[in-house]
Amino acid sequence: MFRVYLDHMATTPLDREVLSAMLPYLENSFGNPSRPYDLGSEAKDAMERSRESVARLINASPEEIIFTSSGAEANNLAVRGLAKANSKRGMHLVTSEIEHHSTLNAFRALQKAGFVVTFLPVNSLGEVSVEKLESAITERTTLVSVMLANYEVGTLQAVREIAEIAHEKGALVHTDAVAAAGNVEIDVKKLGVDALSLSAHTMYGPKGVGALYLREGLRIVPLIYSGIQEEGRRGGTENVAGIVGFGKAAELARRHLDEVERVRWLRDKLIEGVLEVEKVELTGHAEKRLPNHASFIVESVDGEALMMALSFEGIYIGNGTACISQVLRASPILLAMGYPPQRAQCSAIFTLGRKTSKRDIEYVLSKFPGVVEKLRKISPLWDK
Amino acid sequence: MPKEPEIKFVEGIVPDAVEDVVYRMCPMHLMRLEERMKELKKGEILELQTDYEGALVDIPDWCRKTGNELIGVEDTGEFFKFYIKKTVD
Repeated sequence: MFRVYLDHMATTPLDREVLSAMLPYLENSFGNPSRPYDLGSEAKDAMERSRESVARLINASPEEIIFTSSGAEANNLAVRGLAKANSKRGMHLVTSEIEHHSTLNAFRALQKAGFVVTFLPVNSLGEVSVEKLESAITERTTLVSVMLANYEVGTLQAVREIAEIAHEKGALVHTDAVAAAGNVEIDVKKLGVDALSLSAHTMYGPKGVGALYLREGLRIVPLIYSGIQEEGRRGGTENVAGIVGFGKAAELARRHLDEVERVRWLRDKLIEGVLEVEKVELTGHAEKRLPNHASFIVESVDGEALMMALSFEGIYIGNGTACISQVLRASPILLAMGYPPQRAQCSAIFTLGRKTSKRDIEYVLSKFPGVVEKLRKISPLWDK
Repeated sequence: MPKEPEIKFVEGIVPDAVEDVVYRMCPMHLMRLEERMKELKKGEILELQTDYEGALVDIPDWCRKTGNELIGVEDTGEFFKFYIKKTVD
């Protein structure tokens, strides 16, 4: 069966070049990077080259990169680590209602530990209001965390303006760039952020490795205690092969950034075609969104049912953040954007990748109307 | 039994270099201390900041072994500032 994978926000396929780069570190070069002998130092050198490559992707210095086990760990480290490191200065934190669960739940855990957290609302396009942020920050605010792009609706946030406002008031700024990395250019200096989370598997690297950019000179309380790994900021013997794969993935991401326009063009064709089906609405911002992202509410069609029905046609899409879509029917992101629960269950997310072709989009558009019609026929909500 | 080194608490020392390893895990305080001391000239002072309480034993011990002078420690309440003078090349 012809297969079209359009769920690149959930994960991406491992690039063959990434796999080739990783293999030696799963076979002969297996040394522990903390050992000074040649087997250890060749692993350490490879890891440091990867650190340089990841740093280059976001215009940071290698010393500012802390490797983690995932984007979720990077978000946890940033939120919990920075909040705790600055708790003498203040106990107020600010984030948005549409962050990834790894960020939201880290803030909720801090609330239980005595911190005060403001969860900023978003508008119907999924944008955090800069004005509301400004009025939320107090002199006790130490950290603001707002994602660069949202996984479910693709909306890009005004992180640069958010950082300017937060810094004026003396708060640090973290952004979750997991969804954005590899899809848009990221420059930590232009964004003006103090911390930024990345994940390898959403940019054609392996699962099980992420990174936190932490601006030089900032203190952070570790999540995982051990010894000298990651300069004493994240314990545990490093996932050398994973980190090497991440380095290669970052190198490839830089190389492929100029293909964004091709992906955007295909994405626009997809949006055009999908919107031809009646009672389908684009969610998120029409322009200020990830170039590979198209998300919709398909009225009276349960998002999970659509995802499964399309998979039987060889088409793979998403219906919400991968880790929560299995347990929650209505998307909390869409609810936060003001959609009623009945409509927030009808989420369909198409995210294109480097290998998505015109033929793929044509195939999806040839199948989508029929699948929707079939599901609507059996939907108790469809009133035609 | 080796004699416990005595620690003098000080305030207002002006260092030539500062190394911040607050919240970094042991033994970063010793690794960075060694690295930074190599960069200093004889007579210069390093301020090493750490929240690791074990440093109250490790750093005096390191100074005794290497022959460098531990001028003293300042306790900020949140972390310690160790002042170490390079006295040997």
